[in-house]
Amino acid sequence: MAKFMLQRFIGMMVTMLFVSILVFIIMELPPGDYADRYVFRKYAGSGMQITESDLRNIRHELGLDKPAYVRYSKWIYGIVTRFDFGPSFAFETSANVVIGQRIWLTMAILFSTLILTYTISIPIGIYAAVRRHSIVDYSLTVFSYLGLALPNFLLALIMLYISVNVFGASVGGLFSPEFEEASWSFAKFVDLLKHLIVPAVVLAWSATALQLQTIRATMLDELNKLSVTAARARGVSEWKLLLKYPARLALNPVAGSIGFDINRIFSELPIIALVLGLPELGELLIRSFIDLDMFVAGAILLMLTFLVVVLNFVSDILLAILDPRIKLQGG
Amino acid sequence: METAENYLVKGDPLLEIKDLKVSFKTDEGIIPAVDGVNISLKRGHTLGLVGESGSGKSVSTWAVLQLLPKSAIIHKGSSIKFHCKDGESVELTDFKSKSREIRNIRGGEISLIFQEPMSSFSPVYTVGNQIMEAVRAHRDVSKEEAEGIAIDMLSRVGIPNPKRRFKQYPFELSGGMRQRAMISVALSSNPSLLIADEPTTALDVTIQAQVLNLMKELQEELGMAIIFITHNLGVIAQIADEIAVMYLGGIVEQGTRHDIFHNPKHPYTMNLLRAIPRLGKTDGGRLVAIEGQIPSPMERPSGCCFHTRCSEYMPDRCNVNIPQITQISPEHTVRCFLYES
Ligand SMILES: Nc1ncnc2c1ncn2[C@@H]1O[C@H](COP(=O)(O)OP(=O)(O)OP(=O)(O)O)[C@@H](O)[C@H]1O
Ligand code: SF4
Ligand SMILES: [Mg+2]
Repeated sequence: MAKFMLQRFIGMMVTMLFVSILVFIIMELPPGDYADRYVFRKYAGSGMQITESDLRNIRHELGLDKPAYVRYSKWIYGIVTRFDFGPSFAFETSANVVIGQRIWLTMAILFSTLILTYTISIPIGIYAAVRRHSIVDYSLTVFSYLGLALPNFLLALIMLYISVNVFGASVGGLFSPEFEEASWSFAKFVDLLKHLIVPAVVLAWSATALQLQTIRATMLDELNKLSVTAARARGVSEWKLLLKYPARLALNPVAGSIGFDINRIFSELPIIALVLGLPELGELLIRSFIDLDMFVAGAILLMLTFLVVVLNFVSDILLAILDPRIKLQGG
Repeated sequence: METAENYLVKGDPLLEIKDLKVSFKTDEGIIPAVDGVNISLKRGHTLGLVGESGSGKSVSTWAVLQLLPKSAIIHKGSSIKFHCKDGESVELTDFKSKSREIRNIRGGEISLIFQEPMSSFSPVYTVGNQIMEAVRAHRDVSKEEAEGIAIDMLSRVGIPNPKRRFKQYPFELSGGMRQRAMISVALSSNPSLLIADEPTTALDVTIQAQVLNLMKELQEELGMAIIFITHNLGVIAQIADEIAVMYLGGIVEQGTRHDIFHNPKHPYTMNLLRAIPRLGKTDGGRLVAIEGQIPSPMERPSGCCFHTRCSEYMPDRCNVNIPQITQISPEHTVRCFLYES
């Protein structure tokens, strides 16, 4: 197991290295360089005349005359040692400040979506398979079709309407204004959950529909396995048997698809954030591309991929714990 | 196991199956799978159940433990009487498939080992875990005690280095080892009946012989009765006291080993005997083909259901009427018009 984890960990590090290089290349893509933009931002409209040599000085000052690999190293060095993602031109402060709260909101949405998806789909999927052809089973099928067919943004609008008009909840951000500065308390936690519920339900909707179907199908498959009958034949009680054998195996595909779910959440989040007016990272990413605020864009890309890669690592480890065949044969 | 032996006498009645009928509800209609089976087995004896694929061997034995799927119907009038270790006799068809009563029987009184040693263990738990599960289902013992019993069982079935095997996963064991481990699961609560559903078919010939010998040894040691299911009369010659030959859900001939091997009556039994794989030209223990096709269970032949393949077929009789059970000797019965007066 330790060897397996080390292997996956090294794999994760290598992935992060390649991702960071790719992100750096993306940051370099827009025409002109940092100095041009710096000068443009700082002096545009001020009437000051900027000469070629001024530009050269600024370039030198900022280290932009150095070759790309030196600049890349400096950038990464700042991130790894000081957690410094570089400056933001658009906001004339550091990228860290701009990103600030948004990373927490994004992560809060991500995790609450995942938790919601799994706490609903796992028990209900298992139940529906065990009570095949029951009302729960049939309603599940209907829900799944709905879940897969209903566009997310539409669902977001419906949820928004319901939560504002029926529950009177304020949407947007992590906290209501009165809790923004308050220290942690139960009331603040409840306030946080109130803010998370709408985006989490919207994002979890289709994932839950999909997972329910997967879990139900795996369960049905596993229920008919000879090993289950064999356990029954040695006198194990029915519910113990269900949880120990088929239900446990039905978790494998779930663990295996965590990475997939995260990718999907990140790609759907910006649209949902736009509809719900949430200040999360995806929306800032798009804005920073429009503004050519490349250090901010780079920082966001790095953070999001880092999250995806780390959670994929976790999913791999989970899968190996759930299924011993993986570490003993493949690993 | 300590007290039981005092009054459990070899040769006492153990299992009595009377007129067992099982059908399956399917999309194509009702499929009769077992049609009027009668079996009686004595304590400590071994019954061989032989027949081609689909003859209803597995379904009959799964019915004993109420393990059949929901689509199966055990007809009214079927009776499966079993004499428990405590001297009480129970009617197994009265027990619901999820009831506590049948759970106590499963593994505790009657154990079942399956045709495929690969898939009868779950791949995600260790062998030890699954043996301990069997132990703890019937005995109120701590984890440590159960582990001790499990390791002892593994060494009893001839698995070398049982402590290490205990911690391994099923896929780390060879086919023969896995079937031995399965036997140790089955015997871990000292049942009085072991049903072995083609336990050696998936194994190669030398391993087959080893597993058979092991079962015989364990029977002498523990005194359980065995129902041994197989396609292969050759295998059964080594182990069975009595033999029942099944065809299309019914028993066509039944008798002692001597009766079946030296005085076979039913044309189907004779065919099976002719088809025993001889030394050196086995095809993995499967039957060398018997002439003709096995009819589909949906289209049971009228009259004697073997008439479509029988060399002694008598027109207007065999295809019209159903032959009754004829007594050849007190232990030897056959269903065939050749012996009906
Ligand atoms: N779940 C099921 N649904 C429908 N029919 C079934 C089912 N299980 C068994 N049968 C039918 O019951 C009949 C007897 O099957 P059974 O498994 O008892 O045969 P068998 O003698 O054990 O054969 P084999 O040697 O291949 O194991 C067959 O015709 C089979 O098609
Ligand atoms: S009853 Fe007729 S068909 Fe059936 S086995 Fe006897 S001789 Fe053959
Ligand atoms: Mg069978």
